[in-house]
Amino acid sequence: MNTSMTPVLSARGLVKTFGRVVGLDGVDIDLFPGEVLAVIGDNGAGKSTLIKCLTGALVPDAGSMSLDGQPVQFKRPQDAREAGIETVYQTLAVAPALDIASNLYLGRERLRPGPLGSVLRMLDKKGMRRDASQALADLGIGTLQNMAQPVETLSGGQRQAVAVARAAAFGSKVIVLDEPTAALGVRESNQVLKMIGEVRSRGLPVILISHNMPHVFEVADRIHIQRLGRCGGLITPQSHTMSEAVAIMTGATTLDETPGRVGGGA
Amino acid sequence: MLGQVVTATTAAEQFALRRRSPVQRVQHVLHSYPAISPFLVLVISFAVFTMINPRFAQPNSLSLVLQQVAVIGALAVGQTLIILTAGIDLSVGAVTILAMMLSAKLAEGNGLPGILAVLVGIALGVAAGALNGTLVTRIGLPPFIVTLGTLSVFTAIGLLYTRGQSVQAVDLPALLNWTGETFAVGRFRITAGVVLVAVLYVVVGFALANTAWGRHVYAVGDDKEAARLAGIRVDRVLVSVYVIAGAIYGLTAWILIGRAGAASPNAITDANLESITAVVIGGTSLFGGRGAVLGTLLGALIVGFFRSGLSLAGVDDQYRVLAVGLLVLVAVAVDQWIRRVRA
Repeated sequence: MNTSMTPVLSARGLVKTFGRVVGLDGVDIDLFPGEVLAVIGDNGAGKSTLIKCLTGALVPDAGSMSLDGQPVQFKRPQDAREAGIETVYQTLAVAPALDIASNLYLGRERLRPGPLGSVLRMLDKKGMRRDASQALADLGIGTLQNMAQPVETLSGGQRQAVAVARAAAFGSKVIVLDEPTAALGVRESNQVLKMIGEVRSRGLPVILISHNMPHVFEVADRIHIQRLGRCGGLITPQSHTMSEAVAIMTGATTLDETPGRVGGGA
Repeated sequence: MLGQVVTATTAAEQFALRRRSPVQRVQHVLHSYPAISPFLVLVISFAVFTMINPRFAQPNSLSLVLQQVAVIGALAVGQTLIILTAGIDLSVGAVTILAMMLSAKLAEGNGLPGILAVLVGIALGVAAGALNGTLVTRIGLPPFIVTLGTLSVFTAIGLLYTRGQSVQAVDLPALLNWTGETFAVGRFRITAGVVLVAVLYVVVGFALANTAWGRHVYAVGDDKEAARLAGIRVDRVLVSVYVIAGAIYGLTAWILIGRAGAASPNAITDANLESITAVVIGGTSLFGGRGAVLGTLLGALIVGFFRSGLSLAGVDDQYRVLAVGLLVLVAVAVDQWIRRVRA
């Protein structure tokens, strides 16, 4: 990774506490254009807290963030979305009874042109269905044909595809995926990994939070290891093996003790 | 990639691609079109009641059903909006009566002009809805508890304000009684109130099905957290729903004056439960996120058909109560069943 580039998203010294519990204890993170940065860590290491701070779901107690070199502050998830950061949450965040197209455009509905839209506030259902279908096809999801199908009738993988497609369709700067393969089978997971590759090939950087080491090592360019509220190390799939990554993650070793083959990358 | 065919390789995948049984197909159809079951009940009850007593199908008895159903049907539109957000409104009747008594008292003996009295009634409904919505969103209390409280509060204020006394139609400006005016449509006799209710269904039905606001109402009721994460201002949507429902109750107060020919603080005592009954029989889920006002219209008509049909059949009115109760149980059971539909 060429570290002389300006990071798209950058955070310095993030601190977040919950009463006496320290979630983040001064974390730095940089995301460069066109890369997949994985964030791994044990339960309670602060992965989710870090991601929530980056996406506006939580407001950090201290620290600074910048997007494309400009300082930013997110007070609500909408702030991050408006700045171009799209998040796919672990809980999927789709409305089960609504159809695929409605979910893709949820909160960003498009109105019909002319007075039907401006006066009667009518939705452009046809246009949204057409473009939703295109957005899914662009990511290699050809199995979903009927955009008027309720999301609750889809499999877990298909729902995840809808959520990722929504992020990819609207995210202009960064896409954040929180455990996108946690609830999926092997084949569905592979499909989501392929979608991540598809998003990266458009030049959109991706932050991927995952427990699944094979998935992380398959798609990540760099890996940020979160450990006890701090960054325990920044490695790449080339510099370290999976077992070394797990060892750093669990505290069995440190990055200093296990510098890896070509250095830590940071 | 677009024409990709799903190939079943494992036993479980082959199982997933199995042909659906007839029962499952019914479940799927009902899932896609939940208004089918109340529609069938309506058609069947129409046929059965006509067979028992042919007078049931005559224009004058059907006209009467429409007039009887108008008030509850209108209140049920507001109730539908609130139930779609996974809430419930127990203060429906109390708000309506308070709005009605306020506009009637102010207009009594040429006090306030009719049009202003109507607007005051609607404004009171809006204020009551804003109070309910604010309590639900700001304090985070369950809608059941909030509206149970405001039910008592509004009822008491209504009785204290009127000292339990009614206002007769003769003491009211013509505009307030206008909703009871009848006119002929073919051999049917329709009241202005019935027309207002029909317009109400069209407007709210359109807004729910075709506007972003409607989408957001469904999304909030379906999964509040998902709606929030999708950038929907959940609290704002909820308050808007309670306020619009309140405005509908205020409008219904006007329809009720025309229907009853007086404004009485003891009117429509069963409005809360009857409006919920119409919504539930109409297939709107008490868990929120699914349903439509079309179903509610059918539900209100079913209750009206049972009242008229069973009375023409000469049976005790308690059989209507019994039948409606059973219908509610069946409707809720069917809702539970179709919600379990899977791919």
